[in-house]
Amino acid sequence: MSNEVAIIGIGMHEFGRHEGVSGMDQGVVAVQRALADSALAWDDIQFAFGGSQDSGKADTMVSKLGLTGLQFINVSNGCATGGSALFSAYNSIRAGMFDLGIAIGFDKHERGAFRVDTRSEGLGDWYGETGMALTTQFFGMKINRYMHDHSISHDTLARVAEKAFRNGSKNPMAWRRRPLSVAEIKESAMLSYPLTQYMFCSPGEGGVALILASADRARELTNTPVFLKAAVVRSRRFGSFEVMAPHLAPEHATGPTVDASAAAFEMAGLGPEDIDVAQLQDTESGAEVMHMAENGFCKDGEQEQMIQMGETEIDGRLPVNTDGGCLANGEPVGASGLRQVYENVLQLRGQAGERQVPNNPQVAYTHVYGAPGISGVSILAR
Amino acid sequence: MPQRVPVADGVFTWPSDDPRLIGSRCTSCDNHMFPTQESCPRCSGSETETVELSREGTLWTWTVQGYPPKSPPYAGDADPKTFEPFGVGYVDLAGQLKVETRLTINDPAQIEIGMEMEMVLVPLYTNEDGDEVVTFAFAPKEI
Repeated sequence: MSNEVAIIGIGMHEFGRHEGVSGMDQGVVAVQRALADSALAWDDIQFAFGGSQDSGKADTMVSKLGLTGLQFINVSNGCATGGSALFSAYNSIRAGMFDLGIAIGFDKHERGAFRVDTRSEGLGDWYGETGMALTTQFFGMKINRYMHDHSISHDTLARVAEKAFRNGSKNPMAWRRRPLSVAEIKESAMLSYPLTQYMFCSPGEGGVALILASADRARELTNTPVFLKAAVVRSRRFGSFEVMAPHLAPEHATGPTVDASAAAFEMAGLGPEDIDVAQLQDTESGAEVMHMAENGFCKDGEQEQMIQMGETEIDGRLPVNTDGGCLANGEPVGASGLRQVYENVLQLRGQAGERQVPNNPQVAYTHVYGAPGISGVSILAR
Repeated sequence: MPQRVPVADGVFTWPSDDPRLIGSRCTSCDNHMFPTQESCPRCSGSETETVELSREGTLWTWTVQGYPPKSPPYAGDADPKTFEPFGVGYVDLAGQLKVETRLTINDPAQIEIGMEMEMVLVPLYTNEDGDEVVTFAFAPKEI
């Protein structure tokens, strides 16, 4: 296919807390590392899509990277900011406008749970004043209902987090690299029942940049292109259960993840059975559990046995969140979705070191979810 | 003289001995919404009427807010030394909608999906004038 798009360069600034380093400077480092990875110079880059939630306008980074006159478009789409930058870069190349560009995401958030600006979410001040504008409550309520309907155990929630920190301990770019036991996770502070402190990710810092090229350019520039088979973003439908919702409809509809996943599989001409490694939004343990089903990897309730049997471990049938996910990496909103793609490129190149998925994975999947009910999915293949 | 005042106008009927949440109903498809809005997300219709919502329902899901929310925006007690965890849930008001609400109970052992609930008003904070600011919550229904 002539309009295929490949990722030919990847760069990341370590996730975590970096005193004295701005979010944007972490984005600049990520770009410089992606250029080094692909042996390109900044003035080779024809266009950029970039964004952050709390760290300023991405296009101002050109004053540090070089004033080359390239087309630079800022993207702002909540937790799907990185995914939206990737989607836009992908389509710019597919459309034939350019053949070499970059998608950039970075962020730096204050400590603690996200402070929600209710007005920018289209909600009255009373919603925040009365103590309901907390994303953590939504996650607690969604998994609590799901556990009730599909018999997921508290132990399984703890095992998801235990896996995340163990995988994170093998990832030099991760924030939280100390393995935690199932008991430590269960006994940590109960933040939003049934979710404890170590079952939640924290807002954090970091940056990721991905260089994309047309298939023809990619083959000239690298021996290890990773092809982007699908990139999809979807918003919510009437009746779905989403974060920051003062009311829900009486009837129930599936969420945007189900739509984004189905569209991505159709675009790629692939199915869940073809996926060798998956990075799924794990804002907290329950999200990873529910997103396994919403993305088509199992039926509702099957996660209990899959996780207890270790099927989502790095050497399991379907490795999930091999880099430690949001739980071990934290969530710098603008960068988080691109981190997942970065990890998949490493896995498909066979460069994931200690956490490399065995047997030469060929096809990899990413999924982000965020407020106010948005999902982004990508599928990559060697 | 200090009074009881609502956290915002238009959220529940006030003053009232029997306060109700104020929502909207789509005149085309009967979809209910809370708080009020002028167009319908189900049918994209643009005509809605204001309605008072049912004050009784069943608990559809819940959690307990275990740490003090950031203040602002939270107006209640956010001092880690005195903060009391509070329940939050969605109560299914049959035939209308599921409303997100504070609960008057906070002990996981006492909260169960499917339990019968009813609307009450609870104190949130005391304002500069010494008035008691109240908001809505749902409590287990007295049988």
